[in-house]
Amino acid sequence: MDLQFTPEEIAFRDEVRDFIAAKYPAQLKGRRRGDADLTKQDYLSWHKVLAEKGWVAPSWPLEYGGQDWTSTQKYIFNNEMARAECLQLMPFGLVMVAPVIWTFGRQDQKDYFLPRIYNGEDWWCQGYSEPGAGSDLASLTTRAVRDGDHYIVNGSKTWTTMAQFADMMFCLVRTDPDVKPQKGISFLLIDMKTPGITVQPIITMDGGHEVNQIFLEDVRVPVANRVGEENEGWTYAKVLLGHERSGIAGVARSKQQIARLKALAADTSQNGVPLSEDPDFSRKIAALEIDLLALEYTDLRVLASESAGNGPGPESSILKIKGTEVQQRITELLVEAAGYYGNPYLRGMSYEGDNFPIGPEEAVGTAPEYFNMRKTSIYGGSNEIQRNIIAKAVLGL
Amino acid sequence: MDFSFTEEQTLLRNSVQRFIQDNYDFDSRQKIVHSDSGWNPDHWKAFAELGLLAAPFDEQYGGFSGGPVETMIVMEEFGRGLVVEPYLQTVILCGGLINMAGSEKQKSDLLPKIAGGELVLACAYAEPQGRYNLADLLTRAEKSGDGYVLNGQKAVVVGAPWADKLIVSARTSGDQRNKDGISLFIVDKAADGVSTRDYPTVDGQRASEIKFENVKLDAAALLGAEGAALPVLEAAVDAAIAGLCAEAVGCMRVLTDATVEYCKTRKQFGQPIGNFQVLQHRMVDMFMECEQSLSMTYMVNLKLDEDEAERVKAASSAKAQIGKSGRFVGQQAVQLHGGMGMTDELNVGHYFKRLTMIDSQFGNVDYHLRRFAAAS
Repeated sequence: MDLQFTPEEIAFRDEVRDFIAAKYPAQLKGRRRGDADLTKQDYLSWHKVLAEKGWVAPSWPLEYGGQDWTSTQKYIFNNEMARAECLQLMPFGLVMVAPVIWTFGRQDQKDYFLPRIYNGEDWWCQGYSEPGAGSDLASLTTRAVRDGDHYIVNGSKTWTTMAQFADMMFCLVRTDPDVKPQKGISFLLIDMKTPGITVQPIITMDGGHEVNQIFLEDVRVPVANRVGEENEGWTYAKVLLGHERSGIAGVARSKQQIARLKALAADTSQNGVPLSEDPDFSRKIAALEIDLLALEYTDLRVLASESAGNGPGPESSILKIKGTEVQQRITELLVEAAGYYGNPYLRGMSYEGDNFPIGPEEAVGTAPEYFNMRKTSIYGGSNEIQRNIIAKAVLGL
Repeated sequence: MDFSFTEEQTLLRNSVQRFIQDNYDFDSRQKIVHSDSGWNPDHWKAFAELGLLAAPFDEQYGGFSGGPVETMIVMEEFGRGLVVEPYLQTVILCGGLINMAGSEKQKSDLLPKIAGGELVLACAYAEPQGRYNLADLLTRAEKSGDGYVLNGQKAVVVGAPWADKLIVSARTSGDQRNKDGISLFIVDKAADGVSTRDYPTVDGQRASEIKFENVKLDAAALLGAEGAALPVLEAAVDAAIAGLCAEAVGCMRVLTDATVEYCKTRKQFGQPIGNFQVLQHRMVDMFMECEQSLSMTYMVNLKLDEDEAERVKAASSAKAQIGKSGRFVGQQAVQLHGGMGMTDELNVGHYFKRLTMIDSQFGNVDYHLRRFAAAS
């Protein structure tokens, strides 16, 4: 056990820091994931810089472009990215489908898709949830029927994040309706340009367009685009859900958000004294920081166990639950700190305006962010489902 | 002890409910919110015809001589309908200020116009640096001849884009946070030197940042005694808090009912999710928060006429309660609706947003816990 960085690790930290300072695209400074005005090109501009450096997917196997970093180096890398408020790339290609392809895909699928994911040539989205299949994902009903060398897919997928930008979708479909729900599912890679696919925006309560409903009507998908065996898709999807969870704690990002919260509290006056000096408010921030610290060390333990060769286990549900609770609580306190200035809804308006600005700049968008973050305890397996997983798989209840 | 409503009060509630049912379903509400002006002046006229705008005022001013219980009923039903029109600002807050502090002439000039739906008001009491302290004022009104000259800036004045006139708190003497030396003025929004920046709010209303630059006011603009407005402002804000609590109760009840209904029908794992005990208990907690909030809402509306310390305790305890309950009920309603709860399309998120903003209006939970402690 050792909590100190070695001189090599400090040198690595400086290397990452210098790289970000030199190469982070200027037009992305101050922008956050979920920012309504971010374009596909914005995301790709950063993706390509990282890919060029070889750092876009450090966790991948070396042969596909990963890095042989230690868990400490990964930790340092994530911290530096968060510290500089770098835009987070979408996980669907890099983190979610890629491991399924390199673990279960054919050689030609690996050769074709992995470099394209690495270089940002394909934008991926996740076709998992359906209107009738949320927490109970295995009850999905999107049907794929074999027709020669193709499947004909009919059904609907929903809550599909950033599908409006997507070139490809990895999709769970039912290929056998007559067996146990988990048994008859296959894992397909679908080209979003295929005729019969409609993407319909879903606007969330914060006013943003992140998610979509996708309608599939007689969509012809080559059988060659199936990953692994027919009817075995659920097994692959579970692997993917494990990957979705590691990194979900979002510790480094939450640290950055707490720094932002402190800045807003320091800039907010209450009876002539900064809110950051208010005993009640500073106690709330302290409690939150302590929760985050506990989460950080739990995260590090899970990370260390993963580098020792253990796959992500059911304990990673702790990271999902505690990580999202901290993320939500931070935005709750941002709204509290903003006071009256949480209320203006300035999407599409300039902050400065023609004659004068509206409130402190740090307060802008705090409430929409708070509303938006309510999704985190719902998505990726709701926090209720995560507790069920711990109850069953860890506690044996 | 009696918590029952009179026949007139029940009729009032029925008529508001009917109006909401006929004119203010969620889709119609969203159309109003997204319209250019963000409110529906025809609805305002209808409120006047139904007598809602006249409810709390004396008969001699065109009112129906009702009181907090009547406005509570209106606000609870408005909460259920997510009504955006500025009843709280115009009738309860500004009407209350005029009623409490106005001269005979101001009352007979202005209250009948409010009651008749011809005058919409907004109250500019908050300032960018002041947070929830009503006495933290940099806006100043300097004596000039018979009148005053007003300079300063006001923050997040809800309903101001729709208002004809503003009631503005300003310092006529004393330092920034002195309790003495505060005065109220009735200011025409169209007066020279008044500039506004209007914007929508996250809960579907409209508000403005307002600057006053050498705005000339005549002596008749003064509302109440010069330099002695803080106690009046506090009393009017407490009355507004009582109305806001009722609105919050309306929002919470809709959310709780909708969540129970959804969990009874939404099936996962082969059964309604309402079968799961963990969700049942969550909904029981939501229900209890509603009941506790309703109790506090009755309490505060019945105690507005008591002495200052009692009134302050009543208002602050009720406001702290609904802040806490509103957050819980709102968050859980979204959570239990799953992805649907996140959408702009479903009404759930909109009630949640309104409840969130109700917490910060007139001071949040922390502010009112302290105010309660200080008054106890």
